[in-house]
Amino acid sequence: MNRTLYGNLIFELSKKGRKGYSLPQDYDRTHTTAELPAALRRKEAARLPECDELTVVRHYTNLSHNNFGVNDGFYPLGSCTMKYNPVINEDIAGMKAFAGLHPLQPAVTCQGALEVYYNLQESLAELAGLKEFTLNPCAGAHGELTGLMVIRSYHESRKDAARTKVLIPDSAHGTNPASAAVCGLEVVEVKSLADGTVDVEHLRELLSEMGSEVAGMMMTNPNTLGIFEPRVLEITEMVHKAGGLMYYDGANLNALLGECRPGDMGFDVMHINLHKTFSTPHGGGGPGSGPVGVREGLEQFLPTPRVKKVVVNYDIPEDGPTEWEGFIVDWGTDSSLGSVGNFFGNFGVMLKAYTYILSLGNENIKQVGPLATLNANYIKERLKGDYLLPIKGLCKHEVVFDGLADKSTGVTTMDVAKRLLDYGYHAPTIYFPLLFHESLMIEPTENESKETIDAFIDVMHKIAEEAKTDPELVKTAPHNTPIGRVDDVLAAKQPVTTYWKMLGNE
Amino acid sequence: MAKFEEGLRYSESHEYIRVEGEYGFVGISDYAQHALGNVVYVDMPEVDDEVTAGEEFGAVESVKAASDLISPVSGTVVEVNEALEDKPELLNEDAFANWIIKVQLSDKSELENLMDAKAYEAFCAE
Repeated sequence: MNRTLYGNLIFELSKKGRKGYSLPQDYDRTHTTAELPAALRRKEAARLPECDELTVVRHYTNLSHNNFGVNDGFYPLGSCTMKYNPVINEDIAGMKAFAGLHPLQPAVTCQGALEVYYNLQESLAELAGLKEFTLNPCAGAHGELTGLMVIRSYHESRKDAARTKVLIPDSAHGTNPASAAVCGLEVVEVKSLADGTVDVEHLRELLSEMGSEVAGMMMTNPNTLGIFEPRVLEITEMVHKAGGLMYYDGANLNALLGECRPGDMGFDVMHINLHKTFSTPHGGGGPGSGPVGVREGLEQFLPTPRVKKVVVNYDIPEDGPTEWEGFIVDWGTDSSLGSVGNFFGNFGVMLKAYTYILSLGNENIKQVGPLATLNANYIKERLKGDYLLPIKGLCKHEVVFDGLADKSTGVTTMDVAKRLLDYGYHAPTIYFPLLFHESLMIEPTENESKETIDAFIDVMHKIAEEAKTDPELVKTAPHNTPIGRVDDVLAAKQPVTTYWKMLGNE
Repeated sequence: MAKFEEGLRYSESHEYIRVEGEYGFVGISDYAQHALGNVVYVDMPEVDDEVTAGEEFGAVESVKAASDLISPVSGTVVEVNEALEDKPELLNEDAFANWIIKVQLSDKSELENLMDAKAYEAFCAE
């Protein structure tokens, strides 16, 4: 993009009175704002930019050239599973027969869509080792909240509502404590050991201290360090014994896909991020989808509506007994926790996820976890000299370094991440997890070829070398991007969020 | 390198307390401000709020992370450092000079559970 020509804000391109449309002089004004009650009318005109259509199109087209997505290049954002979104997913989701549906149309007129919906519920249940799934939640944290509401409903149904504490490891994603708080539950932190896994002895202490108040425990496995929790069976058993339920945060499910199942590890409730593990768009492009699965005995608490398969027997006088197999929408039962969003959730996203599952098939889906794990370990082994590897041994689908091995240069993880932009890569996740001061978390996913990964590794080595020979170059990066190093501190302290404010107005 | 001021008591969650009579000045350690990086916001309790040892009383936000503030002692907040509202960066400039809350201690024996500078320095080196 030519910044001199096209780098303005849309407001700076505005010319008073310029329009992108024209209306007939004598058109029939059937309604005017004068009909609205005075209290609802604007006191002053909205401060919108005034531009012609071509200016608007050029402006946003040029901005769009600054985007960076999985389709542009390597995007190793740890904990996010930024995997490739196959084009066939878009083809299927864009079919008129699906895209034109209305959520309130009678079930008998959209049996095909309901069948896809039902089949996806079943496929996820099979892959997770659980009984039933709801596809209603619209994202991961929404799934967490829904799952916790299921856990609350379960305890309330047993007249054991005093269970208001949720155990969460200190390595967890921030969404876990946030979801628990939104659900009205109290967070109790479980410590990690030096190797990043759950401190089972600390968990034991907490359970003996407050076991009867524990609603459940939330866990990510592999955890946010990419390490599989070796004592997961013991943990789920301990929490169950204390009367709590186990919640599985599906953020890192990609590592296990096709290898092992949360249900088999003793988890009772979980969410899956379709926008991570099942190749649907992720990030600003979304929308997301966070289906929630439960073990047998909890399905009655799932939110509504639910899509169910039924067999109906007719006895038609002329034809004799006839069997109809089809799909119905169950809009509510007394035990259900109710609606958690708009109708069925993001159906377009589900179509993409189901397409992905069918495209891979039973055999190939088993390779997802192992290949993602192989790629992460390959990067770990080749970078562990130049970058500090705090936790040795095998990782799963992602690897966490604690910044550069050579700390004498003063070059931080932030600087390394910024320098990566100069070389055409999306930065990894930085400063998370919080267990280390200089976390640099790389998740390559299973999609990347050895050539892509090798090229990335070479650049990481090069940056480590630059940190020694020319640290200023790295500390002032990026140099090749449309915008250089931004002032994070100023942006956080004095955010300028509107053009009006930028001009100095309050 | 982080400084470890003598005469203060430190907690494992990196708060310090400077005791003067029945009052204690609570802040975050120099080690903590180093680890957090540029502090951009301090969420503080209000005067007369009760704080409990081991429980959260506010939060410190930096460009890297938001961290809960855990009270090293129990008592009543008698003063908050209002200068931090506009200038949270004071914590980076001098974490020990810029305390966050002043607490009237309700149980001085709780101080026994905290570390002295030497023990805290060893704890941070771990």
